[in-house]
Amino acid sequence: MAARLAHQFAIESARVTADVIQVNEFPDLVQRYRVRGVPKVVINERVQFEGAVPEAQFISQVLLAVNGHPNPADEKEGADG
Amino acid sequence: MGFLSERDADYLRRLFAERLTDPVTVKLFTRESKLVLPGIRDCPTCRDARLILEELAGLSENIRLEVHDVFAEPELARQAEIFDVPAVILEGKNAGRVRFFGLPAGYEFATLVEDLVDVSRGETALAGETRRQLAGLPAPVLIRVLVTPT
Repeated sequence: MAARLAHQFAIESARVTADVIQVNEFPDLVQRYRVRGVPKVVINERVQFEGAVPEAQFISQVLLAVNGHPNPADEKEGADG
Repeated sequence: MGFLSERDADYLRRLFAERLTDPVTVKLFTRESKLVLPGIRDCPTCRDARLILEELAGLSENIRLEVHDVFAEPELARQAEIFDVPAVILEGKNAGRVRFFGLPAGYEFATLVEDLVDVSRGETALAGETRRQLAGLPAPVLIRVLVTPT
């Protein structure tokens, strides 16, 4: 599910590259990202989480990795309204 | 002997006929040379990746497979920014980059099939709110999802 969500994000946004990686074939990545459980998601080498998460939580993590905080668009809308 | 049972192949053939509205190019970057070079590891899954994708491409005219050997076409591999092989890149009506590293088998075979449909149609089942947030991304994002086949 994490794999599909990441790919769906990439299908929708030109800014997203989504790599689904069979980590058993690339043991150096297991060490590099300290993989203990799968799926493990790493966003911009900055934000990481393990396990399946719902869509809304996944996109929040993407925004966190890009902006440093989860949801700037909502904050802006709140201020406008 | 194929990877798919006759029944699964029939199911996928029907699914693709119904759901693939536009062509998808599946680019496989591989390394199948018998040459053993120091410092370059073997690619034990490259051949299977090609066989699986050839079988899949045989199920629909809208799935177009391109196989690129990274030794023969190093410049193409560099442009695609792949870090290793086998690498699979889907190109159709997707906006960003959709890629697999390693054999797209096990759970990821289902991911690949669903991706093919979305990339062909240029649409996903994501919520409107998620799409709005994606549209507002201020900078490039690289998402790596590390998985295992089972």
